[in-house]
Amino acid sequence: MKTLTDNWSTYWDGFLGTLSLFAVSAVLSLVLGVLIAGFRVSPVRPLRVFGTLWVTVLRNTPLTLLFFIVVLGLPRFNITLPFYVFAVLALGCYTSAFVCESMRSGINTVPPGQGEAARSLGMSFGQTMSLVVLPQAYRSVVAPIGSVLIALAKNSAIAGSFSVVELLGTYRTINELGYSIIWTFVWIAVGYLIITLAISAVFNLLERRVAVSR
Amino acid sequence: MTAAPGPAPAGPSAFTPLIEMRGVNKHYGDLHVLQDIELTVGRGEVVVIIGPSGSGKSTLCRAINRLEPIERGTILIDGQPLPAEGKGLARLRAEVGMVFQSFNLFAHRTVLQNVSLAQIKVRGRPKAEADAKSRSLLERVGLAAQADKYPAQLSGGQQQRVAIARALAMDPKALLFDEPTSALDPEMINEVLDVMRQLAREGMTMVVVTHEMGFARASANRVVFMADGRIIEDRAPEEFFSAPESERARDFLSKILKH
Ligand SMILES: Nc1ncnc2c1ncn2[C@@H]1O[C@H](COP(=O)(O)OP(=O)(O)OP(=O)(O)O)[C@@H](O)[C@H]1O
Ligand SMILES: [Mg+2]
Repeated sequence: MKTLTDNWSTYWDGFLGTLSLFAVSAVLSLVLGVLIAGFRVSPVRPLRVFGTLWVTVLRNTPLTLLFFIVVLGLPRFNITLPFYVFAVLALGCYTSAFVCESMRSGINTVPPGQGEAARSLGMSFGQTMSLVVLPQAYRSVVAPIGSVLIALAKNSAIAGSFSVVELLGTYRTINELGYSIIWTFVWIAVGYLIITLAISAVFNLLERRVAVSR
Repeated sequence: MTAAPGPAPAGPSAFTPLIEMRGVNKHYGDLHVLQDIELTVGRGEVVVIIGPSGSGKSTLCRAINRLEPIERGTILIDGQPLPAEGKGLARLRAEVGMVFQSFNLFAHRTVLQNVSLAQIKVRGRPKAEADAKSRSLLERVGLAAQADKYPAQLSGGQQQRVAIARALAMDPKALLFDEPTSALDPEMINEVLDVMRQLAREGMTMVVVTHEMGFARASANRVVFMADGRIIEDRAPEEFFSAPESERARDFLSKILKH
């Protein structure tokens, strides 16, 4: 307990760092993921190709490598941003590929006749997706997206190695002060647990809400 | 004996073409599913398409509003060529209603919302106006009392009548039906056919793929017989049923009229 109380502010800063990395990357990955999923099922071929490329590249690149590419690569094109922004970009883009695939498998659970009926009534592709297909895909998408976001929360730890303040990285500071390495990590683990359990709880709630709404 | 019907002799007095298919061709891989299709449907005409399974009836029907893209040929709706994609296509689709074999009502919306949704989002009608129109259409197909139910709570025949109301709500110039009664239990077929017969009497332009020969005899202006991706015969129903010209049609009729 002493490890925690003595280093409360270090832990707290790390916890907030992880939380904000998670929140901002989660929003980015959800927006991008839904957009790219739209690309992948769109009638426009170049968009489908782009979507497939996006998913294939990001899903098959180790996240650490992606961080290196963003942090070391982008500055070569004279793009210099704070490390925090680089980290959000890497995490958000990487996770968007998984969000996209969860969305797409959800979309595939909706019978094709639903989209055909919408189109036959004169709805545009965007209207067909947003009014008819996505609302029905939603129920089968909630649980997998929850898992993807939990993975994102844990993946954000990699940002610590790239000079971003986050929870896992706090062990270095605390360890240098001579505190027990075991307890240092126990409290870090508790921090992650709080975040991931909160995500689970939110998604369980969402799942129950869709279950009763029909 | 094939193809171009010319001005329909028995049809409406002033023949104006509403749907025109010219030299339409389509393949599924090696299968030539639509071969040089020439078909003209006049305003107010009811055209029934029949033929053996796999002859391309659904594909033809779905090509008319481009749910199936075609490779060669042109399709005109009310004189306008069917655009390839985008806003123009959506606008033309709103003019041509479609009723599917499997109903395809929006499962997450109530009956009323099913009928109102496209009126509001595509036609831009205010919600109150759209709902009022929906209720009167539901009344017309005998389902006013079901307005607040979800599709899954209705019988097949009821769902199909909602689907017809939904298509009518757009004030379409024509309606396409792809086997509207094939997924129904026998006792529900008539409630759907009744609605269709009434539409035919009121002068709605209809293209109907069906195995209901009674409907074809009583309500169609023309019967189009398809086999292997071609239109083999295109004639008035009395002539077609009493004296089919082609071997294929005779063979087909003898099979289905037996039972
Ligand atoms: N998406 C598709 N991909 C490949 N082949 C298809 C596809 N859709 C239809 N076909 C084939 O095209 C042919 C014509 O199909 P279509 O559905 O138009 O026939 P149909 O006359 O409506 O038959 P049915 O009376 O069984 O409904 C069939 O042989 C079918 O197997
Ligand atoms: Mg068919």
